[in-house]
Amino acid sequence: MPLLEIKNLKLDFVAGDRSLRAVDDVSFTIDAGETVCLVGESGCGKSVTALSIAQLVPMPPARYPGGEILLNGRDVLKMSKQELRGIRGGVVSYIFQDPSASLNPVFRVGNQIKESLKLHRREKATDEEVIRLLKLVGIPAPESRIKDYPHQMSGGMQQRVMIAMALASEPKLLVADEPTTALDVTIQAQILELLLDLKKRLGMSILLITHNLGIVGDIADRVAVMYAGQVVEMSPALELLKRPLHPYTKALMNSVPKLSGNDERLKMIPGSVPTLGSFPSGCRFYPRCPSAHPECATTAPPLVEVMPKRWVRCLYPKEL
Amino acid sequence: MGAVFVSEGIVNLLEVKNLKVHFPVKHGLFSRVKAHVKAVDDVSFAIQPGETLGLVGESGCGKTTLGRAIVKLVEPTAGSILFEGEDIAQLSGSELRKRRRGFQMIFQDPYGSLNPRMTVGQIIGEAIDIHKLADSTTARQKRIVDLLKAVGLDAIHAQRYPHEFSGGQRQRIGIARALAVEPKLIVCDEPVSALDVSVQAQIINLLQDLQQKMGIAYLFIAHDLAVVEHISRRVMVMYLGKVVELAEAKAIIGAPKHPYTQALISAVPVVDPDSKRKRILLPGDVPSPINPPSGCPFHPRCPIAELPRCQAEIPGLREVTPGHWAACHFAK
Repeated sequence: MPLLEIKNLKLDFVAGDRSLRAVDDVSFTIDAGETVCLVGESGCGKSVTALSIAQLVPMPPARYPGGEILLNGRDVLKMSKQELRGIRGGVVSYIFQDPSASLNPVFRVGNQIKESLKLHRREKATDEEVIRLLKLVGIPAPESRIKDYPHQMSGGMQQRVMIAMALASEPKLLVADEPTTALDVTIQAQILELLLDLKKRLGMSILLITHNLGIVGDIADRVAVMYAGQVVEMSPALELLKRPLHPYTKALMNSVPKLSGNDERLKMIPGSVPTLGSFPSGCRFYPRCPSAHPECATTAPPLVEVMPKRWVRCLYPKEL
Repeated sequence: MGAVFVSEGIVNLLEVKNLKVHFPVKHGLFSRVKAHVKAVDDVSFAIQPGETLGLVGESGCGKTTLGRAIVKLVEPTAGSILFEGEDIAQLSGSELRKRRRGFQMIFQDPYGSLNPRMTVGQIIGEAIDIHKLADSTTARQKRIVDLLKAVGLDAIHAQRYPHEFSGGQRQRIGIARALAVEPKLIVCDEPVSALDVSVQAQIINLLQDLQQKMGIAYLFIAHDLAVVEHISRRVMVMYLGKVVELAEAKAIIGAPKHPYTQALISAVPVVDPDSKRKRILLPGDVPSPINPPSGCPFHPRCPIAELPRCQAEIPGLREVTPGHWAACHFAK
């Protein structure tokens, strides 16, 4: 049994009598010890999908008209408040894009980590355990750092504190929502290296959300690419990077300049990302797709397994 | 030092010589000046007409301040900025306004840099009015439409307000506004980093097309090395307010000479799964520019630093191989 299994998840945002579907029929699994990347541009539904795993999207405005989120075989969407409290920050921990906004500015970081320990561990929360966690995430001189306030730390250090806090509960699944987007490249490299190392040592699963395909190659076992609320391609990471199948994945990879690449003109994707509520009918990528057929405008393609372990949402998978 | 960057026989569009921008750090009841942030510290370089010079560095390295100082949005503390041979560092008021026609700026945030209460036509037209570039209303209108078309928008868009556009379209409006005065140099401060990946390529291609058509020079500031390499002829790397390396784009990415540049390039995540690059992990963070390390500012994080030399001696920017400048004692 996989650790997490999302089945046909649908998420609507209700505003007055209007209802906008942000996530439409998303399914994927994460096995124990596996790293899965969720890739997509802004507004594709990747963050709300990830937040749904611990039911962290406020309801209302959110509503789940269908689908299941099975964590260890139990549906998160049907859990009581008390059960959810055990899941949140316990079985599933989160780290977010902007660490300075996620930490409380008026408490010392040591106390913030201790709070997480108090909530999720039976034994007494001690300074020693906090120091051990800070050491685990590579913060130098943790004995003096536990007395720091968040503003006394750099962005990279703050993100390490967030990771330490997330690890306090010994989670089975760490959800990292764009954890390095706000950081500089050299610090980004440090944090990715840390996540890889922690995964090896602690054996937890990671769901990493990113818009950067480069990060995928560094860290992921499998990738799901999202576009306009749907998964359009799902595949083992290296195979996807070597040979993307869906026209959107291909276009996305071709539109990014590569280091030491040639000076050819970049291949553009025409138009812009569709916004919530104005997703095209039929295939949602068809207005921007270079290989669209007339049929694509009307028929919505299903997600099908075109090769072993490779799933693609396209009407013409043979042409891919 | 600035003179060494001048290529023989080519007149530079912009020459920056020993530019310093220091911000005072004030403290206490009477706002005593306690220290200075040396955001830009003794920087010299030149840009030729129609050339793109890339500028990379991590946050806080002074790249944005340098860009703003060149278009005089911040006052330089010392040094000179020669634009077409004339020093604009000390100019102000109407003199500066006249010269500003030659250099414009495009900003990172396409949401924050357009006035939400003005229509696109008014935003672009304002620049035309200030510099009196149209002698009749019809000429002005025609110029606005031409500019919109040049950046891939339609005449009808002139009546709309910024909130009606997507991020990529807004960045196009920002570009049209900069183009309105026919500048020779545009400082592009992270023009694509706020945009979706699929839209970035559109803006990069547009900037390149416009350069080819109009011969504009760019100072292209970004933190994404791949984007900078793609668009630039030469690239300059900054660390803690100083230029640490300056060379042709291909040379700097293919064979970086400064250990900081080497680490920076190795840290970029790559899409290609077959690449077997060894990542150089730098320890620690970028130090505070208020109190930078003595000697070489990079020495506390440098994998090849040799004490006591690197701690004591500030390495100057020197030409290691022809056209390839690096500020490291050991670069060869």
